[in-house]
Amino acid sequence: MALEAIVLHSFFQNYKMKVFIRSASCISPQETFNNNLFTHEAKVYNTDFLDVVEPDYKNLIDAKLLRRMSKIVRMGVATASGCLQQAGITNVDAIITGTAYGCMVDSESFLKNIVLQEEQMLSPTAFIQSTHNTVAAQIALMLKCHNYNNTYVHRGFSFEHALTDAMLLLQENAAQHILTGSADELTELTFSVLKRMGIYKQQPVNNTMLYTTATRGSIAGQGAAFFLLSGEAGANDLAAINALQTFYTPAGITAIEQNIQNFLSAQNIPAAAVDLVITGRNGDADNDKLYDALNASIFKNIPVKAYKHLSGEYPTAASFAVWLAATILQRQKLPLCFKDAPIDEKPVKKILIYNNYQHKYHSIFLLSATA
Amino acid sequence: MSSKIYIAGIGAITAIGNNVAQCLHALENEKAGMHKATYLKTVHATEIPVAEVKAGNEELGLLAGMNSKISRTALLSMIAAKEALDDAAIGNIQSLRAGFISANTVGGIDKTENYFRNIFKEQHAGDLHDIVNHECGRITELVADKLNLHAYTTTISTACSSSANSIMLAARLIKAGMLDLAVAGGVDALTKFTLNGFNTLLILDNDWCKPFDEHRNGLNLGEGAGYVVLVSEKLANHSAREIYCELKGYANANDAYHQTASSPDGKGSYLAMQQALQKAGLQPADIDYINLHGTGTHNNDLAEGTAIQRLFNAPYPKMSSTKSFTGHTLGASGGVEAVFAALAIRHKLIYPNLRLQTPIPEFPFAAEKKLLKNQVVDHVLSNSFGFGGNCSSLIFSKL
Repeated sequence: MALEAIVLHSFFQNYKMKVFIRSASCISPQETFNNNLFTHEAKVYNTDFLDVVEPDYKNLIDAKLLRRMSKIVRMGVATASGCLQQAGITNVDAIITGTAYGCMVDSESFLKNIVLQEEQMLSPTAFIQSTHNTVAAQIALMLKCHNYNNTYVHRGFSFEHALTDAMLLLQENAAQHILTGSADELTELTFSVLKRMGIYKQQPVNNTMLYTTATRGSIAGQGAAFFLLSGEAGANDLAAINALQTFYTPAGITAIEQNIQNFLSAQNIPAAAVDLVITGRNGDADNDKLYDALNASIFKNIPVKAYKHLSGEYPTAASFAVWLAATILQRQKLPLCFKDAPIDEKPVKKILIYNNYQHKYHSIFLLSATA
Repeated sequence: MSSKIYIAGIGAITAIGNNVAQCLHALENEKAGMHKATYLKTVHATEIPVAEVKAGNEELGLLAGMNSKISRTALLSMIAAKEALDDAAIGNIQSLRAGFISANTVGGIDKTENYFRNIFKEQHAGDLHDIVNHECGRITELVADKLNLHAYTTTISTACSSSANSIMLAARLIKAGMLDLAVAGGVDALTKFTLNGFNTLLILDNDWCKPFDEHRNGLNLGEGAGYVVLVSEKLANHSAREIYCELKGYANANDAYHQTASSPDGKGSYLAMQQALQKAGLQPADIDYINLHGTGTHNNDLAEGTAIQRLFNAPYPKMSSTKSFTGHTLGASGGVEAVFAALAIRHKLIYPNLRLQTPIPEFPFAAEKKLLKNQVVDHVLSNSFGFGGNCSSLIFSKL
């Protein structure tokens, strides 16, 4: 029998369930771990490479374990712990992470020693900590969590795919509480390579002026964000994720507009019902043409804000945007750095995130208030 | 939606063969693939045996139909994924939601090693061509682009259980009605990074490995790729080719004991096997053959054997580690061993555990020393356990 008999649907069409964000935690170049971003001015940097504001980990991670952890592991474990503490939960049914680059500090250290020491007298420590699943593994170890544990390493979709897996597990009723998130650390060496490729700017910039630079490249960033997700509404949820969709190399602006339109239609939401759009505008003159076009068409008449001057650009930066959107929906308040967005008097019920990394990895998220 | 998941095609490239037919021939003739490193340039070549795919990158480039200068990991992945897809003979997959769910642990680090050599030893600026394919996800993307598998493409990296997890995800996506078909499995090339890494952990055997032997002394690293084509019930019913088997059970659990070592009682392995059986609706006694993770390290084989002893009762299923043929192919092992499970069911074979002399005395069972033909092989349990405590088990069943 011919294959045409099989009715075609798009990948996400059969996914109908809303998931609830019980808690969220983020370490980034801004003061996000303590939520100061919502009560203080954003940090201003003059740089091409944003480092993260790290909390005092001693209150979060056992000192003995902490000594052995590289930055990516510390960030991942601390934000995962932050989620559990906020939610008042001691264990979870699944731990799912995304990372594009994995443990770069340890991978580079081991590779460099292979070269410099001609494969002799190497120490195993860096190798042991270099595998891509180290963050998820260390969280499991800390919690003594024997449940589902997975790590996605698919470039600009690593976070989105971790979240997709979590949403699928909740739909399967295979889990009640899931820790999911992403972590990426940036080393000087990776930065120098990505700069040579033109992904980052050749000169330092003021991050608050990122979108007016009109030059090639963005500002480099890094960070971790974790979320405690559940399929059932709780009393103190931050927000709900209604839908997520990814698009690999869409053909052009018209196709992207159509994708966003279809995404909203599938959710039965007119564009006008969106209270705020958060976009992945990154200060690269070429990249940002897309956002200019969207602002003039589908996002016309909706307040639009960008976030990458806060987080910097990196493949899993969308997790920062989801943290930001969830926190706005919970607090019903914009961070001070968004104060010029014209929505002050109106409750924020729905936030759409449109992100793109390197013109290839496009994702859309719809989050809504639960209160 | 599909409640059952079927294996409609298989593809593999390992040290014992550049395709499924060659691998099967080696398995049936007890020919192991270990050797002195020829293609991997390492100072350890004379002391540490490896299980290399027997072809240089030029030849692999021709087989893959890709530029031989890109990462060896991508070439191996392409060859096995294409073989699996051709074997399934689905026809016009562009009319279906076809995904590529792959896995690896090294990405393009074989080329990154050149870049590092250049920047730290020889010249100030390395060649960017050596580093553009560094990321694990890039390897998957190169193959997905070439095979035009774009309904959903992703990469999992959970150390040595990576490709068991990619097969599990593919099954879940088809069951959820999100895909009709998925090419799923994984790949890893031999690299100085992994050879030196495992060497610093003192778990590489300087002889050919002896999994599940009392005198086992570590693992041999291998390389390769293994993919299966998973299809929904509806597609399987319309398949022109004979379906290999059903993927009946799967589970992912965590040992949560140590970053690199298994717990003494094999808690993670036990949970993975137990939950896979539960998912399949089978009892331990239903399993005819266990394709062991069986790396040949003291720690793994003891933990895995202990978990088997706890979960199963006499008469124990037949079991063997095909890593005694292919070496440990890391992120590819779950995919390669899924292919071997499908072949065991189709050809009624139990593979031998090569070089086994003295079974581990603590256990009331032993791995098979010789190839067994014309066996009842209705249900195969395939184990894949990795660093970070990641433990996954898959169950393949005869139709």
